[in-house]
Amino acid sequence: MAEKKNVSRRDFLKTSGIAAGALVGGGIIGGVIGANTRQDTAAPSGGSAGQSGGAETTEAVRGLQFFKNQQEFAVLQQATERIFPEDDLGPGAIGLGVPFFIDHQLAGSYGENSREYMQPPFQVGEATQGYQSRLKRNELFRQGLQKMQQEAQSRFEANFVDLEGEQMDEILTAFQDDEVDMQGANAQFFFRLLRQATLNGAYADPIYGGNQNMDAWRMKGFPGHRPSYINEIESEEFVEFDPHSVGDMLS
Amino acid sequence: MATTLDKVDVVTVGVGWTGGIIAAECAKEGLKVVGLERGQERSTEDYSMVHDEYRYAIRYELMQDLSKETITFRNSRDQKALPMRQLGSFLLGEGLGGAGTHWNGQNWRFLPYDFEIKSMTDAKYGENKLPAEYTLQDWGITYDELEPYFDKFEKTAGISGEDKNPFWGKRSSDYPTPPMKKTPLLSKFETATSNLGYTPFMMPSANLSEAYENPDGQQIAACQYCGFCERFGCEYGAKTSPEITVVPAARATGNYDIRFNANVVEVMKEGDRVTGVRFIDTVTFEEFIQPAEVVVLTSYVMNNAKLLMVSEIGQMYDPETGEGSLGKNYAYQILPGASGFFDDQMNVFMGAGALGMTIDDFNGDSFDHSDLDFVHGASISMTQTGSRPIASNPLPPDTPSWGADFKKASIENYTRTLSVGGQGASMPHRDNYLSLDETYKDVYGVPLLQLTYNFTDQDRALHKYLTERAVEIMEEMGAKTVVGRAPISDYDIVPYQTTHNTGGTIMGGDPATSVVNNYLQHWDMENLFVVGAGNFAHNGGYNPTGTVGALAYRCAEGIIKYSQDGGSLV
Repeated sequence: MAEKKNVSRRDFLKTSGIAAGALVGGGIIGGVIGANTRQDTAAPSGGSAGQSGGAETTEAVRGLQFFKNQQEFAVLQQATERIFPEDDLGPGAIGLGVPFFIDHQLAGSYGENSREYMQPPFQVGEATQGYQSRLKRNELFRQGLQKMQQEAQSRFEANFVDLEGEQMDEILTAFQDDEVDMQGANAQFFFRLLRQATLNGAYADPIYGGNQNMDAWRMKGFPGHRPSYINEIESEEFVEFDPHSVGDMLS
Repeated sequence: MATTLDKVDVVTVGVGWTGGIIAAECAKEGLKVVGLERGQERSTEDYSMVHDEYRYAIRYELMQDLSKETITFRNSRDQKALPMRQLGSFLLGEGLGGAGTHWNGQNWRFLPYDFEIKSMTDAKYGENKLPAEYTLQDWGITYDELEPYFDKFEKTAGISGEDKNPFWGKRSSDYPTPPMKKTPLLSKFETATSNLGYTPFMMPSANLSEAYENPDGQQIAACQYCGFCERFGCEYGAKTSPEITVVPAARATGNYDIRFNANVVEVMKEGDRVTGVRFIDTVTFEEFIQPAEVVVLTSYVMNNAKLLMVSEIGQMYDPETGEGSLGKNYAYQILPGASGFFDDQMNVFMGAGALGMTIDDFNGDSFDHSDLDFVHGASISMTQTGSRPIASNPLPPDTPSWGADFKKASIENYTRTLSVGGQGASMPHRDNYLSLDETYKDVYGVPLLQLTYNFTDQDRALHKYLTERAVEIMEEMGAKTVVGRAPISDYDIVPYQTTHNTGGTIMGGDPATSVVNNYLQHWDMENLFVVGAGNFAHNGGYNPTGTVGALAYRCAEGIIKYSQDGGSLV
């Protein structure tokens, strides 16, 4: 369902001729493309129930900041869900918003490697010397996801997102074992990055767009931001807390 | 064209613990001091959003921007060194406070044995205990000589602890504040190690057990056990750091200025004296020369060595001949240990960086090495630092690293896993050293520092032996499954290990085999001082900061003495 709506968004953007700047912040954006929003004009409020009064909470508008291609994002969604799947403990990567988290990170300094040494010459080194590719993380992610789709086609003659779980796992394992050829980087490194980004998105503070509703923290028993444990640190018993985001400090 | 600034008495390069201590001591004596800091000003108020694992611990908010400067690395001389493009094995700091902002707060004094390791090893085990390629040497100072400076640093920092360790050096006074709270998890370690016949004690901590006013009049708050110390700044001002102690003490004299965004690229010299430093404003890229009577290199290990090398001060170490001292005896640490999986959930997310208990029964020479193929050892500790969910995904053996089984096991074991770990002392080796890279440069056009390093047989033997001890302790603690750390092979710069890099600008009693004398005064340039963990002639079984702090007080005394009398201090 969501994909259908997004297609119409794309068509809308293509045909409307409205400059992107005119869309942002205007009521039109929510009404037309805010698939996840229940309130179309309000600025994202941080989602606290108190502010919207009653059971209905205000959700932020969700959209893609880095990926331009629905299929690549869909592969990312399914791949991260295989790494961190929904189960009886609680939501998986998709339910936690991990793909959106990764998309947003790839659009920013993480994806651009802006705090990393990216000067040439680039040379292949020993594994102990670490990452030596000229590819930025967001380039590596796009290529990796495209390769996953290609692997799905060549192995199973199907789109990655339409594969059975075990078939997706087979492809992910091939990347993990460095059995897929990539350009300018190796598949194993990409897999490690994808795995780590998935965990980052699952367990980072929800201010980054993942760990929705702090459900990953609840599963794990991590209370998030608490100013002090001085009154509980000597407790013999396990103490459970309702989790808090560092974002609460600003509300 | 560089702009030449007004001459000052003392200029320090970097404002962390060493730069702050030297500034405070010299400024109190009336010397005009300028601190050049390539990063920015920051203080307790800047850490109010610090309970954010992703921003600070995973994305390294407080660490060095590698796009400007990094190091290159190779395992051995026959490899091509390549840049460390992303932070990994160790975390370089930046900004006011330096690594003293993002430290955990474990505050140790190296053992008396450490300072005289060569003499004591030869006397006890003969001269051939280690093969000749291990370049072990004494530090040119004894523990007893350094004790007053240790004492001074601990009083400045308000260190919390208890004097119950039979293996460490004699203390002239008690810890300024009592030990931290002994939590149920620490008690587990205490009981187990006591049962095995060892002598556990509360780790000396810079996360203070109670509010404290130091001799300079600075207030340090009491730790709240919030679980965000390492890689974070403390929002309470309860983890002692330079920006809440020595830096304000220096500023209060009116004799101290800090210039931020000031990246020093060269130590200027004329004949056998230094005349000042040249730095680049990192915002405008303008060049400045800061003339000074005394120059003190107070940046991190890597940068202190690099500045001497690019300024061509001292004789470069040559691994072929063993001659030269600059870059020699770089050492890292090795990390034996064991994890234990338990049935009951524990409050692992509460804690503090230096909340821990330790045994020294296998550190230094406190156990007999006659039948062992290594010297030294490791302190073995259990710390409760606050486990956080991104980085802490403990998995029992044979659990996959992703997928359904991973998710279940990592969630189940997050609150049910404890670790004991050793900080293994690393002995210097002929083939482990620092030099300048011939290919790669920093953003200012200065060559990068090159690290040539690998673990040695001594390291591997020590790791194996100490891991066995850690496993025994964890078994005694009652874990249902105990996993010892895998044996080490080649050093890998990718996974985080420890930021305890040492050597390269080592101290000693002989100009032929050391860079600085025991006042940290350069042998070749009497008005140049170099202080930090780079002075360590080998790495010990503890965190370095306590010993670095002591050396900084020693150095400050030397600078003051030099300012009055001049000449060589030894």
